[in-house]
Amino acid sequence: MSTIITEENNLTKKDFVTPNDVRWCPGCGDYAILNAVQRTLPELGIPREQFVVVSGIGCSSRFPYYMNTYGFHTIHGRAPTVATGVKVANPDLSVWMITGDGDGLSIGANHLLHLLRRNLDINVLLFNNRIYGLTKGQYSPTSEVGKKTKSTPLGSVDHPINPLLFALGSEATFVARTTDTDMKHMIETFKAAQAHKGTSFVEVFQNCVIFNNKTFDSVTSRESKEDQVLSLEEGKPLIFGANKDKGIRLNGLDPEIVTLGDGIGHDDLLIHQPSNSNSAYANILAQMTYPAFPTPVGVLRKLDGRETYEDALIQQLKHAQSKDSDNLQELLIGQNSWVVEN
Amino acid sequence: MIQPTDSFEEIDSAVVRFAGDSGDGMQTVGERFTDSSAFAGNDIATLPDFPAEIRAPAGTLAGVSGFQLQFGNTKILTPGDEPDALVAMNPAALKSNIGDLPEGGMLVVNIDSFKSMNLKKAGYESNPLDDEEFRKKYHLIELDLTGLTKEALKESPLKPSDKVRCKNFFALGFMYYVYGRPLEPTLTFFEQKWGKRLPDLAEANSKVLKAGFNLGDTMETARNRYQVSKAPVQPGVYRKISGNEALVYGLVTASIKANRELLYSGYPITPASPVLEGLSQLKNFGVKCVQAEDEIAAMGVALGASFAGDLTVCATSGPGMCLKSEFIGLASITELPLIICNVQRGGPSTGLPTKTEQSDLLQALFSRHGDCPIPVIAAHSPSDCFDCAIEAVRIALTYMTPVILLSDLYVANGAEPWRVPNVSDIPVIENSFAKTEEEYVIYRRDSNTLARTQAIPGQVGLEHRIGGLEKGEDGGVSYDPDNHEEMSQLRAQKVAGIAKSLDPIEVQGKPEGDLLVIGWGGTYGAISSAATNLRDEGFSVSNIHLRHLNPLPDDLGDIMERFKKVIVPELNLGQLNLLLRAKYLVDVISYGKLQGKPFKVSELHEKFLEHLR
Repeated sequence: MSTIITEENNLTKKDFVTPNDVRWCPGCGDYAILNAVQRTLPELGIPREQFVVVSGIGCSSRFPYYMNTYGFHTIHGRAPTVATGVKVANPDLSVWMITGDGDGLSIGANHLLHLLRRNLDINVLLFNNRIYGLTKGQYSPTSEVGKKTKSTPLGSVDHPINPLLFALGSEATFVARTTDTDMKHMIETFKAAQAHKGTSFVEVFQNCVIFNNKTFDSVTSRESKEDQVLSLEEGKPLIFGANKDKGIRLNGLDPEIVTLGDGIGHDDLLIHQPSNSNSAYANILAQMTYPAFPTPVGVLRKLDGRETYEDALIQQLKHAQSKDSDNLQELLIGQNSWVVEN
Repeated sequence: MIQPTDSFEEIDSAVVRFAGDSGDGMQTVGERFTDSSAFAGNDIATLPDFPAEIRAPAGTLAGVSGFQLQFGNTKILTPGDEPDALVAMNPAALKSNIGDLPEGGMLVVNIDSFKSMNLKKAGYESNPLDDEEFRKKYHLIELDLTGLTKEALKESPLKPSDKVRCKNFFALGFMYYVYGRPLEPTLTFFEQKWGKRLPDLAEANSKVLKAGFNLGDTMETARNRYQVSKAPVQPGVYRKISGNEALVYGLVTASIKANRELLYSGYPITPASPVLEGLSQLKNFGVKCVQAEDEIAAMGVALGASFAGDLTVCATSGPGMCLKSEFIGLASITELPLIICNVQRGGPSTGLPTKTEQSDLLQALFSRHGDCPIPVIAAHSPSDCFDCAIEAVRIALTYMTPVILLSDLYVANGAEPWRVPNVSDIPVIENSFAKTEEEYVIYRRDSNTLARTQAIPGQVGLEHRIGGLEKGEDGGVSYDPDNHEEMSQLRAQKVAGIAKSLDPIEVQGKPEGDLLVIGWGGTYGAISSAATNLRDEGFSVSNIHLRHLNPLPDDLGDIMERFKKVIVPELNLGQLNLLLRAKYLVDVISYGKLQGKPFKVSELHEKFLEHLR
């Protein structure tokens, strides 16, 4: 999203911290994300009173209580609807929606779909920890098949939702992924989300230390990330590996991992083009999952130019107001009135 | 056949019903007859009655659509118990409506449609029009509407199939003759609707309408014409208005009087969709309309926009109310202003989507979990929807609370003449936001109304968080047991305190006596007529009609005590009755009806009489 930047202000992280005690479990990935958001907002050039943080229900959805901005902790799954109302009522606000894998992709998936397709200028941060934390450890719609939890003692049989594919399928104009283990990358990604005009969808890999600890470790841990994370940079070839010697090449419609050298150079690799109007490329990236492929992080898709819902709506109002009268008395009398004399 | 007379009879009122296939344009001719009668200076009340299916198989009983109206030279409060004249476009329409036509009533039938196939579809084994008994029973007028319409349009360039579709206006023209209605409003309507776009159609309909009227003049059997003179009414500018239209205009007016931008958020549902459609037409008044992905989302959008400072409204019907419940609870605990209109229809579940009922009263009061009182008001007539919309907004903004406004299908689709108010006479709705320079405590309350003050995103220095978790006065999340009880009490006292702002109840009839009739919502016309008739007959009966259902007015208990008996007629199985018994420990008599139809004056008359003897 890209709210009007008014003037230089001297905000710092401290201005976004509330006096409330933060009540997430010690070691929860949410702390890192909160820290990243509190460090991002002061750098956007937007006055503090213009920020509104809206959430649903779940651990992640306590977020607004810890942000010293306007905030609304709503009901389960429905944050996209409330965020839509806030933005339509006042398009000048910078609206940030916080949700989780259960809140956003299970009970609230319908609303999330409609928010994304309408393209309101809102930033959506979906904390994906692949578990229901607040209800103490049932499997979520992003849990892997076979996941053993309190509600799936023999393992889950549900095929999980891929959040990025969901967003792409909803024709989101901005789709990104970041991880709670990489502060710098989170801040960069949140800034990119803010810079985009339209709904920005960001999946954040988030660790639930109590009920699903280390769920992303095979990808994001210090030991594995060099080989398992594919960092996306616009205009650059898809290269990864501790020695930067592996890349992604397209074979027909399928991506494949190749080793650089032996006649294979950068020119053979896919070049990251998030602004491609065809979403096929972003879909290929979104389907690259562990263990077959390195996991892409960064901005997968960034499509400029589609009008936002609120701009289109306000435009219609302005057009009607310039064309037709707003005389209330005339409206009430209507076209077929009659007068009764004394 | 009853022999017609040649006289031009002066009558006080008349009830006319048009019935045909749902594709026959019966609602259209009903609307036009209403306009014409309003134009003639009569008072009117209407009852559109149509099936849930848009086009059920042609000619079947399931597809019959009807429109009844009563017009008169005195105050007309209901569309009438039974028609004086019935227009039946086909055998199915005849079969499903003839039971309501009293002996001697005028029956106009489209003879062309009484063929074996249609008779069979309607379940007639033989043609009722061949039955001598039947023919003697009514003042029967047989018209070949199809043939007459074709003949009138001999010269028209319309396709033959399009010509035949104009036959409803032939029937209308004929009825205009019988009741001496002016043609001008309908001719103007044709011109406005089709004049530019489809001039041939406008021309054809005008021709057919006039041909129908002229046929009456030349036809011996139609020579008993009726005249209904103007109703004596207060001077002023009048228009015809339906309940849903009045609701739309009331909401726009209230937003202007409250100086807040109006945001409407809705999901299509019968019979509330015309509110969404009506407000969508008013973008020139700055009305923001969001058609949400579902009923829940509609409520979420409205609540978000309310948080951001707009005046926000949802309208729906019973099934939608069920879905909105959780959000209404959130609106209550966050104490944000919001209007939720429930245009009631028959329930439960999908129930009777195109029939009227008043069975969502207890839902409005109690459908949330937790102790969650919400103000509830109900409109009693089409034009009353305008006043109720303004009253709902007054309560919502003064007391910082969601408000439920109950309408019903009968009120929403019915129409009556409305004396258009002078906009400058409508009081301003006071409301304000927190001041930037002052200390802001989210749940600090006004000592009089107990309302909190609203601060909206964008206001410097008033950043704050609200949400569904219980809060202390300062807005911090609080699980403290005493705090929860105190906050629950405060929310309840705030809503109860609205009663202090209400005018005394208006009692029709004497302030004490044998029988008090208490009504609410769309039953006003029938109750009021029945009670007035009984008073004229010398009985000690009075009636009151409640606009405020929560909180109930403070003087209600005293009024009930002054009567020997209290009866509550309502289109449900006794919901207000239950409330009154619970709150006042009064042995209220319940009279419920649950047929998807409004009360008839005669059935109320009879029931009241039972308790007066």
